[in-house]
Parts: sequence; structure tokens; C-alpha cells
Amino acid sequence: MKKHRMYYIRQSAAALTILLSAALCGCSSDKGVNGQVIVYNWGEYIDPETLLMFEEEYGIKVIYDEFETNESMYPKVESGAVAYDIACPSDYMISRMIQNGMLSEINYGNIPNAKKNIGAQYFEQSRGFDPENKYAIPYCWGTVGILYNRTMVEEPITCWEQLWDEKYADNILMQDSVRDAFMVAEKLNGHSMNTLDPAELEAAKNLLIEQKPLVQAYVVDQVRDKMIGGEAAIGVIYSGEAIYTQKENPDLVYVIPEEGTNVWIDSWVILKNAPNKENAEKFINFMCREDIALMNFEYITYSTPNVAARELIEEEEIKNSEIAFPDLSQYGNLETYVYLGEDGDYLYNELWKEVKAY
Amino acid sequence: MRRQSALKSKNKWLSAPYILWSAVFIIVPLGMILYYGLTDQTGSFTLDNITAIASAGHAKALRVSLLLSLVSTLVCFLLAYPLAMILAGVQVKRHNFIILVFILPMWMNFLLRTLAWQTLLEKNGVINHVLSFLHLPALRIINTPAAIILGMVYNFLPFMVLPLYNALSKIDTNVINAARDLGANHVYTFIRIILPLSIPGIISGITMVFIPALTTFVISSLLGGGKLLLIGDVIEQEFTRTSNWHLGSGLSMILMVFILINMVLSAIFDKDGEGSML
Amino acid sequence: MKTIAKRIYVALIILFLYAPIGILMVLSFNRSKTRAKWGGFTLHWYRALFQNEEILRALLNTLLIALLSSLIATVIGTVACIAMNGMKRRAKSVLMGITNIPMLNADIVTGISLMLLYISLGIKFGMGTILLSHITFNIPYVILSVMPRMKQLNVSTYEAALDLGSSPLHAFFKVVFPDLLPGILSGFLMAFTMSLDDFIITHFTKGVGVDTLSTKIYTEIKKGIKPEMYALSSLIFVTVLTLLVLVNLSPTDKKSSVGTLDSENASHSP
Repeated sequence: MKKHRMYYIRQSAAALTILLSAALCGCSSDKGVNGQVIVYNWGEYIDPETLLMFEEEYGIKVIYDEFETNESMYPKVESGAVAYDIACPSDYMISRMIQNGMLSEINYGNIPNAKKNIGAQYFEQSRGFDPENKYAIPYCWGTVGILYNRTMVEEPITCWEQLWDEKYADNILMQDSVRDAFMVAEKLNGHSMNTLDPAELEAAKNLLIEQKPLVQAYVVDQVRDKMIGGEAAIGVIYSGEAIYTQKENPDLVYVIPEEGTNVWIDSWVILKNAPNKENAEKFINFMCREDIALMNFEYITYSTPNVAARELIEEEEIKNSEIAFPDLSQYGNLETYVYLGEDGDYLYNELWKEVKAY
Repeated sequence: MRRQSALKSKNKWLSAPYILWSAVFIIVPLGMILYYGLTDQTGSFTLDNITAIASAGHAKALRVSLLLSLVSTLVCFLLAYPLAMILAGVQVKRHNFIILVFILPMWMNFLLRTLAWQTLLEKNGVINHVLSFLHLPALRIINTPAAIILGMVYNFLPFMVLPLYNALSKIDTNVINAARDLGANHVYTFIRIILPLSIPGIISGITMVFIPALTTFVISSLLGGGKLLLIGDVIEQEFTRTSNWHLGSGLSMILMVFILINMVLSAIFDKDGEGSML
Repeated sequence: MKTIAKRIYVALIILFLYAPIGILMVLSFNRSKTRAKWGGFTLHWYRALFQNEEILRALLNTLLIALLSSLIATVIGTVACIAMNGMKRRAKSVLMGITNIPMLNADIVTGISLMLLYISLGIKFGMGTILLSHITFNIPYVILSVMPRMKQLNVSTYEAALDLGSSPLHAFFKVVFPDLLPGILSGFLMAFTMSLDDFIITHFTKGVGVDTLSTKIYTEIKKGIKPEMYALSSLIFVTVLTLLVLVNLSPTDKKSSVGTLDSENASHSP
């Protein structure tokens, strides 16, 4: 009796294993006709449709990997454990990678769509971290600002200072990120968000500690759902998220604060030891096409630097949205993050730990 | 004579595969952590990474983590013991079913379950909707240490229940009956007979809850609002964000002290290794 | 009265354990992408799930890795238990101590240390490295489940088999193995469970293009969990629950149920 049962268990276990292994082998599709390209991008930062379209048009297989933060991306690329072709780091991370010789120069001749479709002002802005526009092609950009629920506040929120107002205690959401949190404090103090001056840093740290009892939570992504759900009155949010949240909850308003804020750009870069450089160039060129850029914009809702794509946007509201496409000349004190160097990073991290541990 | 120990004296070769595996996959990686922990960026020997635990931020993180883990373990224990006793008294036929009922939640992704707790606990969350419907006061524990404890208890409760259940169900009812026959009341029987016999299960349960709770990091950011810095958060940040593996390894070595303590405790209280999960 | 109190207590704990899963199931029918509001009932995410190749592949990877790693870990672990049974006391405690290390070490430390190992050995990251890592942290659970059974083995039955002329191997499989089976099965189950939900160790030891469900969900955290994941979780839950109920309803003979009080007593000889 028992023998039969064990026998069947063993047989079915073996069969299941074989079946699954076969299924998996069958599933892993063969390499594209024209080779492959290995891309390392933020999570949920591309319309999967575009990848399929690229594969079909060019016959190049896309191996796509995702990361959550610049800081977790960097060591993986540096270690060379995986030889990526393309990555999509943020501004300051790009300057770090340039400094450490990890990127290869872009041959704009092979990527004609870049200069054609992407606005010149974005290349201009990129000079902050890529001085001669040699390494990075902008993919998404945006601002960091305040999102507030107009039914839950007494007056319109227009500056960072109001996030220290006691009447909003337990109703404030801050970003759980060392640079984004310090940026707010430093702007409020009128300092540069890239400062390494010990006195200015200490002042920023103290400001953050002062604010801590009023903060409901330090969040990264959850700011979106929490604001939509009316959990908090005020939150610090990326512009790309703001459009989405407003759609879900029309009571939400996004503003760029008076004291100034961070303008960021995420760009495509080709890595130095990319095994499939030609395919990488074709990939980036494809992503710069106006219809593809439009698809990505509509999927991720983060602002696109692709002006040709912007022309194709049908909804007037979005096309001229102050949030998605703000006229940056109206605002003062806008800065882009700069790589602070190892020592600078260390300093910031230690101070942030003090804030969190307080 | 020879045959009597036949089962015991299998070839030395039998132990070779596992010894080899553990040497390569457990000892060597451990050695690498020790190496990183005891060196700095330039490769020279230093104790800085270990003494870093004494720095204000780290020490506080460790204290907070210890406190939260202890409380969570205690809560788990207090909830699980009565439960295990009740279940142990249930029909033996349902033994498998009971075990699977407690294992099943662990098959759902941990991140998703913790996110679901946000939906339950928030100011405008499900629980508060129900409470306001019943005209009861609102629950305000999200983004507080209490929520972190709740999250830890939630995640680790099965790890406490199962060993306790296993230990308690192994207790021979005849022994209990004999005690009652000899005049012992319920309390006495519990304290002198049931509790001591369940000690291997208790040790196992405490180990499986306390140590993971000590090093957890996702729960504090999702349910605690990121306002409390736990030692798990610090280590995770050193490894993933600041890429200071030396510091991360050094701090991890401190935590390994607890592993040693556990091994010692197990050696004392659970010599025969009877405290198993299932 | 006491019985009702007991029942209520058990019910409350079960409610506590399954409430979040209930939320996930409700969210899987939510038309709105955000978990913060209810946008109406829809089956859209279930449909989308089956068209989403990435998620399905991640699911397959997860199941495959869990199954294979648990199987291999069970074999290695069981053999290790038998071997340890015959070792001297000191050697045995040392080995048991080493066994506990992956279980007790912080996941992140295990993950990073294994990653360092693979890099230094020059092993290419991919399914293979994930598998190796999972086997490594699964083995302790198997050993911990099987070891207690080893002590309760009735050696005389084994010897009787040998006396009656069977070869040691045959005697092992016919006599010893069935007694160990409950421990082996529970070890396998624990290993499978731990492997299914592991995230950190997989995160550090996976290669490009290979994702398990856990790592996939983690990358989605920043931009918002795809509701297809809620749908998937609900489906998995319902499937396993159904299996559970079916298995439980089928008649089981007393001999084969795990850890019955009687059989335990039978092998305890004072």
C-alpha cells in the first residue's frame, strides 16, 4: 500500500521536473538573427511594447534587466559580473561613471534621431554632468516638487518652508533618499544642493532633525498611493508621478517650490566594454524615434526630452502641462545633482544616518 | 557486533559530499565576509568596521532592533503557545492540514503581503473604514514602532507556531494523564510537565523568530514610515547604496555573535536536536 | 464554553494570517492601478496576466528553482544526516553548527557572500548561480527536519533485515527510508517554501535576464506594483488552497499520516 503511494509520488515528481525543465528550455527563445543587446534600466521605465517592436524590426534580441536605484546599479556594472551594453543612469551617476572611465563615447553619426528629435536645451542641461555631450543621450527628465491635497490644507503650498509648519504634523511625506531629503533642507537654507561645506551640511541636517516629528513617513514610491488615498496632505514627489496621481485624484496639485529644486535627467549611456556596441546604437536610435518616445512617455508618464514626440501628444492638457513640460526659465535656483565624490557621498550618508536614527 | 553499528558506520565517503558543499558554500563565503569586515578600502587590516557599531547612530540602531525583535519574539511566543496547545489537542488526522494552513501564507510573496498591511492599517485603510462604520475610535499604528512589531509578528508567527506545535504534539498523553491521576492540577501539570517537555520547540521557535527579526529591513520602511533606523537597514544600505562592503561586513560580524549565542543555547538545552520545525 | 473560546482564538489567528491575502485578492479585481482607491470590478488584470510573458517566465523560473533546489537539497541533506549519525559526537556538533549558519545569518550577508564567492570563482551569473544559492540555504532546513527522525529509528528492524539476507542498500530503502520519509517530506516542504519566497539572496546572485517573482516584484516597487501580480498571487493562493482541501478530504490511512502519537510511542523503547 505504502509502496504504491511512494512509487507514484516519485514518478510524478520526476515527471514534473522533466516537464518543467523542458518547458523552460523551450521558453528561452533563441538569440535574435542579428545578435542581441543587453539593457540595464530602471524598473517599469519602458513600454514593453517598444522592446517587442524593436526586436521585430531589427531582429535583435533584447535582454532586459532592471534596477531600483543608481547606487545598486553602479556596483553591478563596475564589477563586470554581467557585461551590459546600455544603462540608464541619472545625472550625477553619469558624471561618476565618466570620471571612472566606464562609458564609451557616443558616435552621433550612428544615432541620427538623437540630435534630430531631442530638444537642444536638454543637451545643454546635460553639460552639467556630461561636459561635452560625449556620453549621454537624454531619455527622461523631470523636477522634484511638492504635491498637496487642496482639500486638506488651509492655504496653497508654494514653498519648502511650509513643510516645517506644525499644523501639518503627521501629514507630511518626505522622500526616503539621502540626496532628495538633503536637497529640500539645503534649498530651504538657500544653499546649493551639491554643497560640501561642513557648516551648511550641519545646518541642513539639523533642519531635517527638526522636521522629523512632523513627518508622517519617509517614503519612496508609496508617496503616490498615499497621496491618492488622502493619507497625507503634503508630499515631496517626482514630476513624473504627479501627472499620474492627479489623474487618480483631482484634488492634488503639483508645484515647484519658490526656493528652488532639483531638475534631473536620466540618460542612455553605452558602456565601455559593451559587447554589442552596434546593436546598442541601433537600440538608442530606435528609442529616440518620435513615435517610440511617445509610447514610452504615455506608459511611464515621466517627461520626455523628445520634442518631436511632444508634438505628437494629442491631449492639449498634457502637451502643455506645467508639470510635464514646465518652462524652466520661470523658476530660479534650479540645480542638477552632481557627483560628490566618494568622500562627499560618505559625508552625506553619515549625516543621513544621524537623521534617520534620531 | 559489526552489524549492530552497521547503520552508523556508513563509509566516510557518505559525509564527503555535504562536507565539501558546506566548505565551499558556507565556510568560504563566511571567510570572505570576515575578510571584508577586517579590512578597509585599501586592503589593510583594521578593526574600524567592527568598532563602528559603537558610533551613536549604529549603536542606537542596534538597540532599537534588539528591543523590537525581543518584543516581537515575546508577542509571537505568547500568541503561539496557546495556539499550539489547542492545535496539539486536535485530531491527529488533521496534522498535515494544520501544518499546511500555517505554511500557505508564506507562499504568497512577502513584499506583497507587507504592502497589503499598509492598505489595512492606513488612516483611510480597510480597518479604519470598518472601525468608523462601527463608531469605534480609529486605529493609529501605521508608521509607528507598533506597526513594525505587528509586521514582524505577522511574518514570523508561523516559525514560532510550527516548532511549538511539533514539540507539543509529541508529548505522550499518557504522561499527562499519569500526572493528573497522581493528583496534579492543570497549572502544576503545565509548569512541571508540559512546559519542560516543550523546551526544544521553544528554543527552535525563538531562534527562528528572533534572529531574522533582528536583521529585517523591509518592514521598517513599509510599515514604520522609515522613521526608525534598524541595524538591518544600516547593513542593507552599506551593501547596496553606499557600497561600503567593509562596514557592512563588519556590522554583520557583530550580528553573528547572536548566532554563536544560539549555538551555545542549543547545545545546552536541546542536546538531542529535537527542536525541529515539522 | 472553553471549546468556544479555543475556536474563537484559533479563528482570530487564522484571520490575522490571511487578512492581507484577502486584501491582495480584492485588489486583483480593482480596475484602478493604485491600491489607494477602488475603481470598480474588473477581470482585466487576470487577462493581462496571461499575456504578460515576463511575469509568466518569472513564475516558471520561481517554480523550477524551488522544485529543483528543494529536491537536490533534500537528497544532499538526507545523505548528510545519515552520515552525521555515524560521526563522533564532536565532529557532529561542529558540522551541525556549520549547518545552522545559513539559516541564522542575515539574508543579505548570505546573499552578498555567495555573490563574492561566484565572482572570485569566475562563475557566470544565471540560473545556475541562483540554484546553487538556493540549495545552500535549503539544506539546513532539510537536515533539521530529518535529524530528529534519525534518533527515533528502530535499528533492530534494519538489523533484522540484514540478518534475513538483504543487502545494506536494499534494507535501507525498505526499512529505514520509510521511517525517515515524514521528516524528508517535511524538509522538502520547508525548503520549497523558503525557496519560493526568497528575494534577497536571489537578488544578489542572479544574472541578467533571469527573474523570479520576488525579484520582479521588487523592481516594480519603485514605480508601482503591477496589478497582474495581485492576480497571480490570488491564483496561486486559490490553487494551493484547493489542492490542500482536496488532499485533506481524501481518506488517509493512519500509518501514513505524519507524526501520529501512536507511531511515535511505538518507536520509543525505554
